[in-house]
This record gives sequence, C-alpha cells and structure tokens, in this order.
Amino acid sequence: MRADLKSISDLVPENARILDLACGDGELLRYLMDDRAVTGYGLENDPQQIQACIENGVNVIEQTLDRSLGGYQDNSFDLVVMTQALQVMKYPDIILEEMLRVGKSCIVTFPNFGNLRTRLYLTLAGKMPVTKKLPYQWYDTPNIHFCTVKDFEELCRGKGYTILNQLMLAEQPVNQQLKNILPNLFAETAVYHLTRN
Amino acid sequence: MKSEIAAGSLPTDSIGIVESNRISISEPLILSCGRTLHGYELVYETYGELNADKTNAVLVCHALSGNHHAAGYYSDDTSGKPGWWEVCIGPGKPIDTNRFHVVVPNNIGGCHGSTGPNTINPETGTHWGPDFPSLRFRDWVEGQRQLADSLGIQTWAAVIGGSLGGMQAMRWALEYPDRLKHCVALATAMSLTPQNIAFNELARRAITGDPDFCDGYYLKQGKRPDKGLALARMIAHVTYVSQAGLEQRFGRDLKSGTFERGIEAQLEFEIESYLNYKGDQFSEQFDANTYLLITRMLDVFDLAREYNNNPVEAFGHANCDFFVASFSTDWRFTPERSREITNAIVAAGKNVTYLEVDTDKGHDAFLLPVPRYMNAFAKYMDRVYNEVNA
Repeated sequence: MRADLKSISDLVPENARILDLACGDGELLRYLMDDRAVTGYGLENDPQQIQACIENGVNVIEQTLDRSLGGYQDNSFDLVVMTQALQVMKYPDIILEEMLRVGKSCIVTFPNFGNLRTRLYLTLAGKMPVTKKLPYQWYDTPNIHFCTVKDFEELCRGKGYTILNQLMLAEQPVNQQLKNILPNLFAETAVYHLTRN
Repeated sequence: MKSEIAAGSLPTDSIGIVESNRISISEPLILSCGRTLHGYELVYETYGELNADKTNAVLVCHALSGNHHAAGYYSDDTSGKPGWWEVCIGPGKPIDTNRFHVVVPNNIGGCHGSTGPNTINPETGTHWGPDFPSLRFRDWVEGQRQLADSLGIQTWAAVIGGSLGGMQAMRWALEYPDRLKHCVALATAMSLTPQNIAFNELARRAITGDPDFCDGYYLKQGKRPDKGLALARMIAHVTYVSQAGLEQRFGRDLKSGTFERGIEAQLEFEIESYLNYKGDQFSEQFDANTYLLITRMLDVFDLAREYNNNPVEAFGHANCDFFVASFSTDWRFTPERSREITNAIVAAGKNVTYLEVDTDKGHDAFLLPVPRYMNAFAKYMDRVYNEVNA
C-alpha cells in the first residue's frame, strides 16, 4: 500500500462519511472501509480504475473533476480526500475550495516539487525532472500543476484554511532523516489535513 | 410446423430453450387509480435454479416494448431470435443463470399474455380495450410483489431494469426496501422531461389519429390501428438511437433510387427503410392500448413526488445498494438524469456505483453488448452473488 494512504488512515475517525476524489482503484477507500468502518464514495473517470473499484467492492462514481463538485451538498461529508491528484487538476485552488465546501475537513496529498532531488535534476540536468514516481515527459504529463510544500502552505494561508495536521513522507534514507526538519527540501510526499476557518 | 430451433444448434452461452409460465393471482390488486383488479394473470419466465434458501432470485423488469421473454429461445419460434436481453442473461453473462434464478414477468397492462387491454375483462366478457384501468409504477411493483409471494421469494438478490424497467427497480427500492438487496437502474430517470412527454404525445397522437383506432375499441370492431402504432414506434425509435449511431450505421445511403441527374426515380434512404420496417414489425406484435397506457404511466411517473418532491428523502427509504449506469449518447434519458439519481442516493447515504459509458448506441445501449458496460455490470453482479453466498 502507498505510504500516504496508510498515514491518512490515522487521521480518519471511525464511521466517517468520506468522499475520495480521483480514487483510482479504490485502494484507500477499501482500506478505510475495513480499518475505519467508513462509508465512502470514490470519484474517478478512468474506466479501468472504475472497473477495479467495482472489483474492490467500493462505491465508485464516474465523474470528471473539473471546477466544481456540483451535485454534492455543503458539509455533506465528514472528510473529502484527494491523494496525489492535486497536480493533475486544471483548477487546483477551486477544487480545494470545493473540497472544503462539501467536507467538514479535507486531506490532500501531493508530490513535493521542492524536494532536493527534483531541484538538483532541474539545476544539473537543466531538464524537467523525470523520476520513478513522476515518469512523464513534460509534453505528455498529466501533472500540470506541480507545487512545493511552501507553495501549498502559501495558498492555504491566502485562503485562510486551517492546517489541522501535516505529515511529511519520504522513502530515500537521507530524506527520511531530514523530512521534518526541512520539509520543503526533503519531503517527497506531503499530507495536509485542512479545515475552513 | 417443423421446429426451427434444435437445442444443439444454440449458442453455448445461451440459456437455450425456454418456456413461459402463467400464474393466476387471486389476491385483489388495489390500484393507484382507485379501481381494483379482482384477480389477474401474469405470464413470466424463469431462468436458472432457485437455491434452497431462495436467496438467489433476481427480478428483471422489462421496458416499454419488452416482455417476459428476456432470454433463450422458444422451441416453436421460427424467427430464430432469442429474448430481448439475451446479451445480459445466460450462463457466464452478467446476469449469470448458473448463479441466479432470474424471474421476468410481463407487466400488468402489457400485451403479451398478462392481464391487460387485449385480454378479456371477466366482468364484461369482452376485451378490456381502452377501459383497462390506468396504472402507476407502484401498481406494477405491487403485482410483482404478489408474484414474488406466490413464488416464495421473500427477498430479491437484485431488482434490475433499464429505462422504464429502471423506474420499476427504483420504485421497488422505495416501496419494499427490505425485499431487495440491490437495485440496478440502467439508462433511466426519476421522472420524464417535458421533451420526453412531448415525444410520448406524438406517439399517442399517431395512434389515436389512425382511423382504425375506433376510440380504442378496435378489437371489438375487428380492426387494428397498425399504421398509427407503427408511426408511434418510429417516432420513439428515433429517440432511442443517436445521431452518431445513425450516421455510422446508415449514413445517407440509398436503399433504392439514385441521385443521378436525368433520372426521376423514387428515392428511399436506408434509414427510412429501416424505420418503416421496425415500425411495421412492432405494430404486428404490440397492442395500441397498451402503448397508450404505458406512455401515460411514464409521463406521470415521478419517483420523489410522494416524498415531498425530494429525491434525497425518497432514497432515504431505501435499504439496498445501487448500480446506476448511463450512456453518453442517450438523449432520451441523458447521463444528467442518471447523475441526479446518483447524487440523491449519495446524499441519502446509500451505497451506489455509477457508470457513464461512452458509446454511440444512444438509449438502446443498455440492451446491447457494449463491452465496458458488460464488464462493469458483470463485476457488480459478482458482488451481488458473493453476498448471496456470504
């Protein structure tokens, strides 16, 4: 299981009502259903992932995330989650706003583009970073809105969101040591639990 | 007549030769209109074995032109055509007859054997004709509930339907929440749009304007409004398919005649020929009064009306899980209508899976082997089956 998914589970109250945006194959929802007895719905638009969700026995709703979560009522979920998809959104700020409209709180995870490795790649190679986790070329990447830990926190401050929790994740040994000291340099993945003031 | 269908010649994924059953239900059926049917008959088919606990039964609700013959072949049918949902019902198919006991009734008010306008009213000794009581979906559900009781089926593993059948399935979920585990609602809506009603009215006008309609008493007069019924079907048929689908299948091809200058010949486009054929074929097999009755039922149907017009409150009464699917080019019941259903189910806190299948097959797609739809439906039915055995 992906590291960010496991760490999310610790932030989820039992029996919560959850909406998972870009839920992929439903792995997180399945885990939360078993581990936290949540009632969850996943939104996804990839037919293969939707098929996988049905196989996993999770509620999946075919929907493309664009600007709005229209159709979902204000505060109708305890928690709205979006893992590793913020950078794919056409309007990440608007989606974030929507997540906090329909959810009492939200959890967002994203790859930290401020990570040292990414910075070095760009500096030394002079090319857009291509890594195992971000394997795309600049022209065919779905990731159109990368941000750093700093960028994200700036957005949250600007919007007046409260950060309830933040977790910095890393697999590289050097990053493991330093991720909490200098997160913007060493975190590979950032997890933020937000609420609206 | 020599039988055209030999069991050995049938596709291996077919349920094979089937027969229809007939049941007389003596329990009075109190109808929404205030009238009562004192006993009525239903014809129905079943496929697959009912398990000892009677927990593997699924109810399939047919759509406007459908009936109880949903799968398999009749031994004396010379057309060589299987039931209307052969692609979905059979061994190894989404509604797997090796797993489920499938029950498909012809609805009351239908015209293929169940009590309806073309059957005899015992009180008068003549055909019901236009005097058949007007019905609502809950009356159908009530009849199906009485059938379930007669068959000893307390709980359906799933109630399944597309279009008009999906409306019945949803009505089941609200009327008898504890008698179904899953509701499968395909290419359907919680109510008709004004545009839908408009098309229904075109169809009705086509029928009632036929001189052989005789105010609905055509059977008494030994006549049939075949022309009107054919036209009604042609109008409806256009709404079941998409522009892209028509383009792909027919284009502007000519069936007869030519565009060449200097030649004056009667033109017929392929699409015209096809529509006329479909209309004529339908009018031979269907009853005009049934068509009028059911299109009016559709117009009146509103799933949430009696729940303060609030779909969320309506689905709040359900206890089952839902599988909802729509088709991208369906302009009769658009994906938007299915999203309304799905959103209401989510807001009501019930489990739902929603699929929006990309296809050029229009509304008819729910009847066709669209691969993605078939795969997802099959996987969902796996889940239904696993719960039966849990």
